[in-house]
Amino acid sequence: MSQPADRPIIAEFVDVHRHYVMGKNVVKALNGVSMQVKKGDYLAIMGRSGSGKSTMLNILGALDRPTTGEYRVGGRDVSGLDDNALSDVRGREIGFIFQSFNLIPQLTVLENLEVPLFYQGRVGKESRAKAEYLAERVGLGKRLEHRPLELSGGQQQRVAIARALMNDPLFLLADEATGNLDSNTEQEILNLFDDLRPDGVTIVVVTHNPKVAERADHTLWLKDGQVEKLVDNRLAGTAHGGHP
Amino acid sequence: MIGDSMRMVKLGLKSLMLHKLRSCLTTAGILFGVASVIAMLAVGEGASAETLKQYRDMGVTNVLLRSQKPEETQSSSSSSMMSTLSYGLFYQEADRIQNLLPQATVVRVREFLRPVMRGENWGQSMILGTEVNFLEVTNMKVHEGRWLTDLDLQRQANVCVLGERLSRMLFPLENPIGKTILVGIEDRFEVIGVLDYQGRAASPNGTTLDQCAFIPMSSSRRRFGDTVRNPLINRWEQVELHEIKVKLPSTEEVEGAAAVLEAMLARDEVHRSKKDTEVTVPLELLRKAEATERMFNLVLAVIASISLLVGGIGIMNVMLATVTERTREIGIRRALGAKKKHIVQQFLVEAGVLSALGGLVGVGLGVLVPYFIEHYFKQPTDIQAPHVVLAFGISAVVGVVFGLYPAWRAANMDPVEALRHE
Ligand SMILES: Nc1ncnc2c1ncn2[C@@H]1O[C@H](COP(=O)(O)OP(=O)(O)O)[C@@H](O)[C@H]1O
Ligand SMILES: [Mg+2]
Repeated sequence: MSQPADRPIIAEFVDVHRHYVMGKNVVKALNGVSMQVKKGDYLAIMGRSGSGKSTMLNILGALDRPTTGEYRVGGRDVSGLDDNALSDVRGREIGFIFQSFNLIPQLTVLENLEVPLFYQGRVGKESRAKAEYLAERVGLGKRLEHRPLELSGGQQQRVAIARALMNDPLFLLADEATGNLDSNTEQEILNLFDDLRPDGVTIVVVTHNPKVAERADHTLWLKDGQVEKLVDNRLAGTAHGGHP
Repeated sequence: MIGDSMRMVKLGLKSLMLHKLRSCLTTAGILFGVASVIAMLAVGEGASAETLKQYRDMGVTNVLLRSQKPEETQSSSSSSMMSTLSYGLFYQEADRIQNLLPQATVVRVREFLRPVMRGENWGQSMILGTEVNFLEVTNMKVHEGRWLTDLDLQRQANVCVLGERLSRMLFPLENPIGKTILVGIEDRFEVIGVLDYQGRAASPNGTTLDQCAFIPMSSSRRRFGDTVRNPLINRWEQVELHEIKVKLPSTEEVEGAAAVLEAMLARDEVHRSKKDTEVTVPLELLRKAEATERMFNLVLAVIASISLLVGGIGIMNVMLATVTERTREIGIRRALGAKKKHIVQQFLVEAGVLSALGGLVGVGLGVLVPYFIEHYFKQPTDIQAPHVVLAFGISAVVGVVFGLYPAWRAANMDPVEALRHE
């Protein structure tokens, strides 16, 4: 599918470092990463264990701050924001999807869907209508009053995806989203991602599973806290190194 | 806003339902604390209300001088059982008191038991021989007819005023005014008045004013004399006055007057050696009782604080466990946009709901217990609305206070760490 060339940049790393001080040692988990995510992108982030994927995900998700460098969300540098403001960035701009689904067990599907809007003070008739619409969209329209534990893994992850969409985020951020699912269910979830794309949804997935990564348009490879290469998966077999 | 609060309370309840038994046990700490506070206050209040009323009924501006039978010494008891025992206050002493305390209203009282009869109806009744001022000093009201007058006393008239209960016993159907009753075996008295219902004691033996008949002091002396056979010890006793009531114009003067009277009796050779008089100062008793009540309430407050503290620690303990168990949930909520204040709110509401539930059930139990005490032990109790509100309010506050630290811990978790938990 073709994308207009002047799509806005919605997330951008500018020379991001993230250093962990461990006694006398400094671990440079991210060591000068620059990258961009444009509206409508479907990007996979890959790399060996210890390459900095989780660190990058935390910063992308505004759960953590770069040691130096800029992280821009929707054109705004959020790297210096305080805890309160970062919470707002997460609540408004980012839709999290986790490996272990992370639904809140004591809440029903509907209530789980409303959690992100609750913290924006936006729970009401509209939030309910939206939850119903999105539950329908991910194929769980009849399960609104169920508890998470009454659902299968695939269904729980569908709820989690719907929940990530509740706040109309700038992008979905998936952390090994299919790691707990069998391969059939994995395919279903990946198909759901594809289904969402025509709606203009932007997706960033962090994974070590090549089958997952290859469904994305691009794969960003990390190595030792740096960008090793950015591969366009649509040009089958042809790899482009370096920055976009 | 209200919708959000309701949501938070509902969420709190749901989360507490995750561990029903644990929540119930934690709640029990607060529950018993609140219940015991309410019950103890109700019992204490009931008991002291009774005592305080008793003293107030005696009159807070009064000083009461009573005759009391002297303790029998070896020699006196071995002397003849047939001899007359003579003790107590003398008629003239009332005049002396009036001279010492010109501002006071002094009234003499004689008390004796006699059968009283009207037609078919009769009963043993306490007869009070007294003076005109008695009505004012005891602060009573005439319901019907009139009270004794100076003329009645001068004439030693055979007239009487009946207490409300006595009147109803002797005259269940007729209007008593102007009718005659028989006192003892031969003395007839005309009923000139009936008093309002008083519901309080006439003497320390527990007879109420409502069961008494009041006759002029002078008639009492003339008809019945000063010597009475005490049926309990089968012995003749000579007592001129059983009581002298001294009413002061204000409570400020009570203490001074009491001192004057004590000194007067102490100076008297006879009274001092026989120890046959007693000064009662209702105001002093009232103040002592109030002090006792305050002390009781203080002790109660300490016990209550300790029990609520224990309950609070229980809540804190459980909330800390909850926070640790639900680290993951905290991480999820933070990732979904919850600020620290939202997490604090969530756990505070949960702790508050936990202890408020305990408080609510505690209020129920605390109201039931005094009811049973009153019903089965015939102990007066008095549940006061402010106490109930206070006990419940404190329970809710305890939850919030002891929930603060766990909630703060929850809010200050690093979201990344929290999400990685387990
Ligand atoms: N909280 C931390 N404290 C210290 N070192 C860390 C921390 N988190 C990650 N690291 C280190 O940073 C590097 C990158 O880790 P991570 O981002 O988890 O990589 P990945 O997810 O690709 O395995 C590793 O060397 C790891 O040991
Ligand atoms: Mg990792």
